[in-house]
Amino acid sequence: MSGGTTLENANPVVFQRSGDRLLTSNEEDEDVHDPIDEREIFDLIRSISDPEHPLSLEELNVVEQVRVKVSDAESIVGIEFTPTIPHCSMATLIGLSIKVKLLRSLPDRFKIDVHITPGTHASEEAVNKQLADKERVAAALENSSLLEVVNQCLTPTRSI
Amino acid sequence: MAADSTLLLSLVEEFVSGLQDSKAKDTATCVKDGQFTVLQLVEALGLSLTSVQPHTRARGVQLLSDVLHDCYGGLTEREVEVLIAFYEDRLKDHYVITPPVLQGLRALTKCTVLPPGSAVSMLRSLFQDVHVQSLMLTERACVYNMLINLMATREAELKGVGADFVFGFVQSMDGERDPRNLLLAFQIARTIVLRGYDLGKFTEELFEVTSCYFPIDFSPPPNDPHGITREELIQMLRDVLTGTPRFAEFLLPLIIEKLDSDVQSAKLDSLQTLVAGVSQYEHKDVAEFLEGLWASLRREVFQTSSEKIESAGLAALTALTSCLSRSVLSSDSEDSLSTFLELVLKDCKHHLCEPDLKLVWPSAKLLQAACSASNRASHVITDAVMPSLIEQYNSRAQCSHRRTLLEVVQRFVQSVRTCENEESVFSAFRPSLCSMVFSALTETNASLQVTATSVLTSLAQHTGLLLDSDVELAVDHLTRLLLTEEDHRVSLAVVECVGALAGLHPAAFITKLIPRLKAEMFSEPMDENDNGAAPEKHSHHAVRQRCLSALAAVSTQPSVVQESTPVLLEVLSSAHAGSVVFSVEEVVSACRSLQRIAEQVEDSEETGRCFHDVIIPRLLSLALQAALQGEGSPGRRSPLLEEAVLSAMVPVISTSCSRLQPTLAGQTASRAVSLFLDGDVSFLPDNSFPSNIQLLKKQPGDSWSRSQMVCLLLGCVCSLPRGVEVPRLDLLMTELEEMSCTCSCPLSYTSAAKCFAGLLNKRPQGDALDGLIQRTMKRVCSELDSASSSVRTQAFTLTLWVAKALLLRYHPLFTTLTDKLFSLLDDADLGPAAADGFSLLMSDSADILNRGCHADVRIMYRQRFFCENSAKLVRGFNAAPQEKKPNYLKALSNIVNKLPKQVQVSELPALLSLLLEALSCPDQGVQLSTLSCLQPVLVDPPPALIQQLEALVSRLLALTSSPAMSVRTASLRCIHAVSCFPEHEVLPFRARVLRALARPLDDRKRLVRREAVRARAEWFLLGSPGGS
Repeated sequence: MSGGTTLENANPVVFQRSGDRLLTSNEEDEDVHDPIDEREIFDLIRSISDPEHPLSLEELNVVEQVRVKVSDAESIVGIEFTPTIPHCSMATLIGLSIKVKLLRSLPDRFKIDVHITPGTHASEEAVNKQLADKERVAAALENSSLLEVVNQCLTPTRSI
Repeated sequence: MAADSTLLLSLVEEFVSGLQDSKAKDTATCVKDGQFTVLQLVEALGLSLTSVQPHTRARGVQLLSDVLHDCYGGLTEREVEVLIAFYEDRLKDHYVITPPVLQGLRALTKCTVLPPGSAVSMLRSLFQDVHVQSLMLTERACVYNMLINLMATREAELKGVGADFVFGFVQSMDGERDPRNLLLAFQIARTIVLRGYDLGKFTEELFEVTSCYFPIDFSPPPNDPHGITREELIQMLRDVLTGTPRFAEFLLPLIIEKLDSDVQSAKLDSLQTLVAGVSQYEHKDVAEFLEGLWASLRREVFQTSSEKIESAGLAALTALTSCLSRSVLSSDSEDSLSTFLELVLKDCKHHLCEPDLKLVWPSAKLLQAACSASNRASHVITDAVMPSLIEQYNSRAQCSHRRTLLEVVQRFVQSVRTCENEESVFSAFRPSLCSMVFSALTETNASLQVTATSVLTSLAQHTGLLLDSDVELAVDHLTRLLLTEEDHRVSLAVVECVGALAGLHPAAFITKLIPRLKAEMFSEPMDENDNGAAPEKHSHHAVRQRCLSALAAVSTQPSVVQESTPVLLEVLSSAHAGSVVFSVEEVVSACRSLQRIAEQVEDSEETGRCFHDVIIPRLLSLALQAALQGEGSPGRRSPLLEEAVLSAMVPVISTSCSRLQPTLAGQTASRAVSLFLDGDVSFLPDNSFPSNIQLLKKQPGDSWSRSQMVCLLLGCVCSLPRGVEVPRLDLLMTELEEMSCTCSCPLSYTSAAKCFAGLLNKRPQGDALDGLIQRTMKRVCSELDSASSSVRTQAFTLTLWVAKALLLRYHPLFTTLTDKLFSLLDDADLGPAAADGFSLLMSDSADILNRGCHADVRIMYRQRFFCENSAKLVRGFNAAPQEKKPNYLKALSNIVNKLPKQVQVSELPALLSLLLEALSCPDQGVQLSTLSCLQPVLVDPPPALIQQLEALVSRLLALTSSPAMSVRTASLRCIHAVSCFPEHEVLPFRARVLRALARPLDDRKRLVRREAVRARAEWFLLGSPGGS
């Protein structure tokens, strides 16, 4: 993206991955309706790869379960993500990847809001505005080189 | 004679002037037959050998060489001497003559009568007159082969030449490019190095001329006819380079240089070569390169790019350290081991103390690699590292840091092996290590506790390290965790640790753990009328379960088994008597624990007696008491009447009979037979049974409690080793057949049928067996054929089990039974059951007719069954009326499901249309089993499947809205797998699949949504830039 050969944040702090969601008996019961909850949304986005590192957004603590808000009944999803450093030029790209992942994985009825955790990025407002603008998101995905990077972030990594 | 000489002359003429190569063979045959001698041949060749045309001379020499190639064995020493002189002279001749000369010399090197000195003179003229690298490929090979032959037989002579020989060789191989010749050249170099030829001042030259190929970068062309692999060359070259310590001063700098390379394979090869090298070297060979080597190794581990290189680097460090430890020091040399370890410690130790612990793992791995090299190294390293690790642990507050430190400690403890009768390296740290482990065990953090248990296990492996008091304290801690800790991971780890420790220190577990667990299990849960009882009861149940599994885990030593099994038996008897309330689930767990003990305990006289003389009679007696009581009083039901408990008892008995003490097992079997046939209760404890209990006869009032005990008989007689006889087998089988055909209790008639089948499977081949099978078949067929019979299900069950017993041993009468089963697919009542029965036929059953029970199981019986019957099934399907078709599809998917994947893939094309049909069959069971057998095939789709893609995709998509959740998930998984098909085949379906998958994203079940998300993500990436 910004094209440099050097990494912006060459030595990030790595956080532990959470384990798989534990299977409950309710989830195996045909008759129970499982609502879409925070953990489920978090499971969708935590494995997205960082554009710079072979690490997931969860391992870099860019996304956290507490920063996921969801209401199945009202069909609303809100995500806050935290760039690793305040000047991270990848912030827009990370936001876009999260947005695209959710667009592909959630039913149409959901309204998806992705923005930066307040106070964690230098150009927070600009990025939030870009991510909220449907037209711009659609236009970005028409750009094949941008789509390529997003797809790479969304390609499932083989779990180690 | 004259005739012979004309023949000879004509042969020579035809070969030399007529250029007929085949004449060489003829000449050789004549020489071998003694028609003429080599001398006569040389005389006959005279003209050609003195011709002015070099090509004619070459042909002449060629003929002589070809003949020698076949006849070198018959030459005398004198002849050889002359021939060698001739050939040596010819080397100076025109270059076209050189190839046949070399061939001739090679033939002569194979002579056993080579005169002394000739080997040397041959080589001298060779090195002098021939420039090897300007020869063709085969001639170069010829030279190398000469050298190899001579080195094999004339080693002493060649060594006498001194360094000139090495020089000659170096000159001849310098610049060799062909891998085939390189293999030969490396072989020579290896012999020179390993057999101690004098390298003189040419050590470096020999090293240079071979090491220029390092690291080997060679990939054989496809379809290489010579079959030379990269690995062969690497190994050969490595043998040369590492063969002598004299190369060390050249090799080590080379390795340091090559480790800088970016090529992964070069790094790996360098590291492995280093390992091979230092195993031969002494400390003085490596001393001056230690710093450079360490810098490279450290870099490879700290900035590792692949696990392979990391582990190779660590192995190299271990090898280097053990090389330094091995050396004998003279009084004035410095101790290079301690210098080197200082270097290692200086670079690694401080990382263990950094506040963020970032580089702790690579540093720890390096230190551990050095530590594991030798006793001395482990002393140095642990003395330097352990105090700071322990101090760190005590000063850190964060759980994740403490866990990391504890894991590092665990790896240290594990990496050091204590030798016999030597004090452990860790003795000095024992108190602080123990207090560290015990403090971690008292933490609330689960992962800290789990790590602490593994440290404890590793410490216990060091014989003599832990004192008895430590072990007792450990047992106290573990017991406390076992009884109070709710976390599943912790209790698993604790049970595992308890098992490992009990094998080494049984006494502490016998005196402390077992009595404590017993007391805890037999304490009554809180008052049942209490309102808060439910969670209390739940946790008490969990504690009991943990106690039961811990009892099984500790019982690996016979002395522990003697103590733990009575407790488990007491659980069963108290549950039966009702003196302490145990749930059915707990009783089943107690049986499972007994079974686990029977599986893991060592097969000795003592444990055999314990199981055969105490446990099995006790189980039978308890079950019999429960059965008799169950008939009499309608009051409280003993849990031992439950099917679950009885079924859990069976494996206890069958495991003991199959693996503990065959003689005692035979005794158990004959006791069981007399109990079931005659009601002989004399061997049972608590003997207050009425006389004349008949267990196999039909009971008045059709009571099932007594008849279902037949499943215990199955445990006693069906899993015996093949050599152990069951007494009164005929009578027993008749009774079992009778019971399985008449009894109305499902557990009883199924067990009887299984028992009958298990015995049938082991009976020796012969007329008796055939007669028995035919009699039984006649009986069941008549029951099955009469639609009004009340025992059709029973007859069907027996048919199925007998069929399985015969299928496993390839008995020829099996086909009759298969046909019967296929015909039952059309049966109105038994059709679905018959379809399900095929699953039983094809799968291994856990309790009987498996290899663990010593049953007669032939290999690949499933494939055989499938090959013989798939056509029948397809024919039956086509002929069946519409409403019966699902039975066939179900049977088919049951059979295909159990086949190994290779067979599935090869057989699938023929069955594909049937399987696709099965996907649209309304029966959910059929859909599910078809999906599960399709899924593995989809990973590597056969062409036949790709042709049917349209049908496949549309059926799969239809199933995503099935009412059954399992069908929805399975179909989504298949759709996911289809995305990995060749892109041009599936791309046309992309839009349609993405649209169809939008719906399951909003499924009411989370598991379905998860599969839908995965599948849809893959399909989105398909054909998109950056996608896979």
